[in-house]
Amino acid sequence: MDSYSAPESTPSASSRPEDYFIGATPLQKRLESVRKQSSFILTPPRRKIPQCSQLQEDVDPQKVAFLLHKQWTLYSLTPLYKFSYSNLKEYSRLLNAFIVAEKQKGLAVEVGEDFNIKIVSKSQLPSENREGKVLWTGWFCCVFGDSLLETVSEDFTCLPLFLANGAESNTAIIGTWFQKTFDCYFSPLAINAFNLSWMAAMWTACKMDHYVATTEFLWSVPCSPQSLDISFAIHPEDAKALWDSVHKTPGEVTQEEVDLFMDCLYSHFHRHFKIHLSATRLVRVSTSVASAHTDGKIKILCHKYLIGVLAYLTELAIFQIE
Amino acid sequence: MSVLRPLDKLPGLNTATILLVGTEDALLQQLADSMLKEDCASELKVHLAKSLPLPSSVNRPRIDLIVFVVNLHSKYSLQNTEESLRHVDASFFLGKVCFLATGAGRESHCSIHRHTVVKLAHTYQSPLLYCDLEVEGFRATMAQRLVRVLQICAGHVPGVSALNLLSLLRSSEGPSLEDL
Repeated sequence: MDSYSAPESTPSASSRPEDYFIGATPLQKRLESVRKQSSFILTPPRRKIPQCSQLQEDVDPQKVAFLLHKQWTLYSLTPLYKFSYSNLKEYSRLLNAFIVAEKQKGLAVEVGEDFNIKIVSKSQLPSENREGKVLWTGWFCCVFGDSLLETVSEDFTCLPLFLANGAESNTAIIGTWFQKTFDCYFSPLAINAFNLSWMAAMWTACKMDHYVATTEFLWSVPCSPQSLDISFAIHPEDAKALWDSVHKTPGEVTQEEVDLFMDCLYSHFHRHFKIHLSATRLVRVSTSVASAHTDGKIKILCHKYLIGVLAYLTELAIFQIE
Repeated sequence: MSVLRPLDKLPGLNTATILLVGTEDALLQQLADSMLKEDCASELKVHLAKSLPLPSSVNRPRIDLIVFVVNLHSKYSLQNTEESLRHVDASFFLGKVCFLATGAGRESHCSIHRHTVVKLAHTYQSPLLYCDLEVEGFRATMAQRLVRVLQICAGHVPGVSALNLLSLLRSSEGPSLEDL
């Protein structure tokens, strides 16, 4: 019987459709990017370590101070339809009205609260002295989201990552308004153990002048009736030393290096406690750069690497949308 | 240490034996129970092992199919599988070995990237099956599928051999894997 083999000589009619069209439609671009992703399977992923120098010129420490040291809940957001930056005041008004209406329905009665909703874009950040307590903050962001940006048409604005801090009910109300107005969809962004170990490696690799927090990992052991939690804290300089011994290619992080880094920690733990951490699930990673929990909660501690952290989170959000 | 060979023992009369290797005892036990519930003309024997090599002191029948169960939630199960693969003779990989990846349904709990398991199966030229063994319905379907494959590997289905089945399964995987 003849064995099947991949056809070596294909007729010219079956060459890819983009060769025929000069300006491919967004749908074709989408199909091509999906096809690229599925054939890319066995190449081990590599990522650039966020370089300190290229970030500092963009980020002014005072401006982003309100973003640091707060716990943000992550959501991924599909592209917004007909969102324009010039209509922000209008959107503020509408959102204000919507929230007042929702609150008066009896969902939450807060007497004497004055809702001062501001929708601002990146250049205007809220001033330092504002009256009243900030109840809820949310922001949309997209950092290096090229793979998504090139596949959507011009009517859509791509801001795939959404971070929220504040009461869950407020997030829900505001989310509903955005979903209704711009025909998008929010979904909570969970970070799995695989991505958490990537974050641990990338953030340990960042060069820091002084470390503000110890490097800490938290694992959840699946056992009945109650799950057990194992916490492992390392001095940040030791963690950096371990990473430096593992790291080979400058400027890039590879899958093998991440695996080796984590395996070193696992075998060290096994030698002392005879517990296989590789059979448990990594739930939380905390370094001096940032800390992340598997439920999609993140806290950024260092303004220097803010862009790098956001870039990775944007990548995860885009991956979830796709 | 002893290496598993496919043809070192005589086959039992109308018997088909499957060996399930994996670290998740509860899941393997449930899968074994589902398989034994299936209607099958041959007599089924299911062996469970945490890892290879198997202890040589036990008298066991010839093994017709080995299924390595990898739990995507635990790196330990992948490492265990890789260790165990060393104790299997090369001639077993002509259709008598299969990989089963469980836990892909709960993406948020995954510690291993799906592609790692795909690469493993590709290196060993064996089929990779996905099944959430925790879900009753999927487990029953997978048990049915494994029983059919086992019957073929034991030679109880006239006209189809394990090697035939392997080449059929591989040609349907698509051209993307052929590039590598």
